[in-house]
Parts: sequence; C-alpha cells; structure tokens
Amino acid sequence: MICRRIIPCLDCDLAIPEGRVVKGVEFKQIRYAGVPWQLAKKYYEDGADEIVFLDITASHEKRETMVHIIEKTSENVFVPLTVGGGIRTVEDARKVFNAGADKVSVNTAAIKNPNLINQLAKHFGSQACVVAIDAKRRYVKSPRDAEDKIVVETPEGFCWFECSIYGGRQFTGLDALKWALEVEQRGAGEILLTSMDKDGTVEGYDIPLTKAVSEMVNIPVIASGGCGTLEHIYEVFNKTQATAALAASIFHYGTYRVKEVKEYLAKKGVTVRLE
Amino acid sequence: MSDLQTNRKVKVTIIDYGMGNIRSVYNALKHLGVDVTIISNPSNLPLEKIIIPGVGGFEDGMRNLKPFIPSIEKLLDLNIPILGICLGLQMFFEESEESLNVKGLGFMKGKVVKIRTNLKLPQIGWNKLTIRKRECPLFKDIENGYVYFVHSYHAEPEEDVVVATTNYGCEVTAVVWKNNLYGVQFHPEKSGRLGLKILKNFLEL
Repeated sequence: MICRRIIPCLDCDLAIPEGRVVKGVEFKQIRYAGVPWQLAKKYYEDGADEIVFLDITASHEKRETMVHIIEKTSENVFVPLTVGGGIRTVEDARKVFNAGADKVSVNTAAIKNPNLINQLAKHFGSQACVVAIDAKRRYVKSPRDAEDKIVVETPEGFCWFECSIYGGRQFTGLDALKWALEVEQRGAGEILLTSMDKDGTVEGYDIPLTKAVSEMVNIPVIASGGCGTLEHIYEVFNKTQATAALAASIFHYGTYRVKEVKEYLAKKGVTVRLE
Repeated sequence: MSDLQTNRKVKVTIIDYGMGNIRSVYNALKHLGVDVTIISNPSNLPLEKIIIPGVGGFEDGMRNLKPFIPSIEKLLDLNIPILGICLGLQMFFEESEESLNVKGLGFMKGKVVKIRTNLKLPQIGWNKLTIRKRECPLFKDIENGYVYFVHSYHAEPEEDVVVATTNYGCEVTAVVWKNNLYGVQFHPEKSGRLGLKILKNFLEL
C-alpha cells in the first residue's frame, strides 16, 4: 500500500540570485531560513518523501530564478519535486518540468481559469498537476445561514471555507470544498490544502477542514498549515484521510528532523517510508 | 552520499526518444559518478549499457523508439545490459491493452494490462517493493523498501521474469529480469537512496 508522506515546504523569495527560503506567520510576517537547494538537499538526505517549492513572490520576471533553483536541486535530490507560485500557463509549467520538477502546483491561475487544470493534466498527466487550495473559515450560526455552501461543524462552531488567491491577499467567495470536487473532476492529481487560519500558528492542522476535503475526494490530499509538533502530524494522519503532511517551520528551525518525524510516526503505527 | 558512487569506470547511454523528461535520470547517473551520454540519433548508439526511460503512452513510445530498434536488438544479441524504466519496461513485452493495434518489442513474452484494482489509477506514490527473486543482480545489498511509482498499466508476463512486485489492491509487477534485460516499473531516479542503489547495481553489472 502507498505510504503516508512527509513533505518539507520551501517558501521561496526570489529577490536575490539563488533565492532564499522564508517563513511567514499567517501569510504575513516574514523570517529568513536558508538557501533553497541547500535546504532541499538536507531534507532529502534526511528522508523527505517529496519537496515543495513555492514562489511566494509569484512574479513572472523571477521565473528564471526558480528554474535555476530546480535545476540545482535536481542534481542532488532524488525524490519528487513540486513547484508552485505564479504558474499561469502550460508553457510556464513546461519550463519547470524541463528544469527537473515532477509536479506543478497551481492556485490563483486555476481559480481564474479552471481550464488550466484540464490543460495541465492533458499535457503532463494528472500525476504532475497539483491544485493548491488556501482555505479560510467563515463562521455561520447554523448551516441554514449559508445554504449554497458546504457547512462543516467544528469545535469552534459551524463554518464554510472560502478560497483565497494571491497568497492569501484576496478572497474569492468560492467554496473550497466545492472547488476541491471540481478540481478532481478537471483532472487534478492531488490537492495541497492549506488552512489560512492555522498557517504559521504552530497550533496543529485544521482537522475539520482536512477531514472534510480528504473524505470528499478520491485524489490524495496534502494537509498544510499549522504544524508545530510531532503530535500534530500524527493527529492529521490519525483523524483524516490525508495521505501527506506538509510542514515548514518545524524543519527550517530545527525543531525536528524529517527522520525523527518518521520514526515517531512508525512507532505510532503509521505506514511511512524509512530508509 | 559518497557510498553511492561507483568505483568502476562505467559508461552508460540514455536513449532520448522524446518520451518525457530525461533530466532526472541523467542527474541520478551523474550523481553515481559514471560517464553518461544522451543519444537521440539512432545511428550513434554505442556498444555499451543503455537505459530506456519513458513516460507516456505505449503507442507514441513504440513509434518514437522505432528507429532505435535495430541498434537495441544488436545490444541484446551481444548480451549487453539494458534497463527499461516505466514505459521502457512496458515496451519489452509483446503488446499493451493501452493500444492493442501496436506491437511491442517482444523481448519478453506476455502483455501489458491496466492494473485491475479497486484503488485509484494511476497509482502515484511510494509503495513497498517485495523482492521475489533475490538472485537478480539489481537487488544486491538491497532490502525490501519503498520506491516511487506513477503508472496505470503493468506487465503481465507469460514467462518467469517477475523478480519483484508491489501491492496496490492487487499484485503489481515492479521489476522484470531476463538474461541481461532488466525493467523497473517505478522511477529509480525519484526513489531516494534505494532507487539510486538499484541504478548503481545495474551500472556495476
């Protein structure tokens, strides 16, 4: 059986030539964490199952910088590489695939032009097309208050989830759960699901969100946003159908090594790849 | 990672027949410290180990590979090791359910069929390799472990060539071996240290 994956995420600021990895809190405050290809190599050697690179500047002008980062990384890292941020067309995607990426992740461009998902799946295969969904809780008093939305019950009350674009700077009114179903139909191979409420808080993943999406779709869901401890990763695997957990700060700041996370999960009975 | 370098002077050729990205395979071989050549011109195929990678459909694959077939058959006659990866493995067989009107290379008896499973296709991800025949030289110093798969079809051989399998709701052919012909359904270039070790064992044949 396919095992659960641990995926370090590198949020990349491409303002300097080699790029740099940063970590924001709730999509805002920024701290500096290292050089992308060096961190990727370290995590790979430590047992990461995949590495995700997100261009947080999502700028077209800096696209070549991301290509160089992926080229350099793929000389040293022999697990799948996913690249997201600012990919708007099949041509943008082709450039990062040629550089050595295995998957691209799209969010804003897919919401603005959903057909991009179909095109990416057709040209490169579903396995190469990840749709990133950045979801924010919108609380309602009762499910009747949002009848056109899929409402979920959380310990904090009823809510639906709204998709955001442009790295959390703009909201769309789009129901993240309905969008998840649509992207699967359009040929997405995977969903990278980030909770905007939890991201950067190190309080744990958004379990109701991850559970709802991972039970609704038949494609793998990567849980993201909020990871701060080993228990958080165990919790998201234990309570939801997510097949992968993405984390950033716990690895960047050395709280845990990838290897420690996996050894911990294996002891708790979770199927993981140990080398 | 120095323990993964080969200490022999090995030469290997990757066949670039326009089926998917070969950069990852090239990078993995460079990382292992061997002399790698990429060949896209069929008449230049040297008499040394070759790797046939490939992602995509069976029909496109066979059409693009066609000009290389006489050279590949010559290597086969000379008993020079050949490694097929993913689609490269599938083309070793006689035919594929994916395109029934197209003949495969026929180096191994049997056909390629869609994976008969209740689980989602394609199979994408890390799955456990179960080694069935330890004597296959690709498995030297290798234990059962996880490797990275991306596929919907797999080989159903009619001769005894399966040396490793994986379970995806049913038994799936993962590695085949016949004389000096080797095929891996997974992507060793994306399978971490285990994948690199399998490539290294091929290079050291």
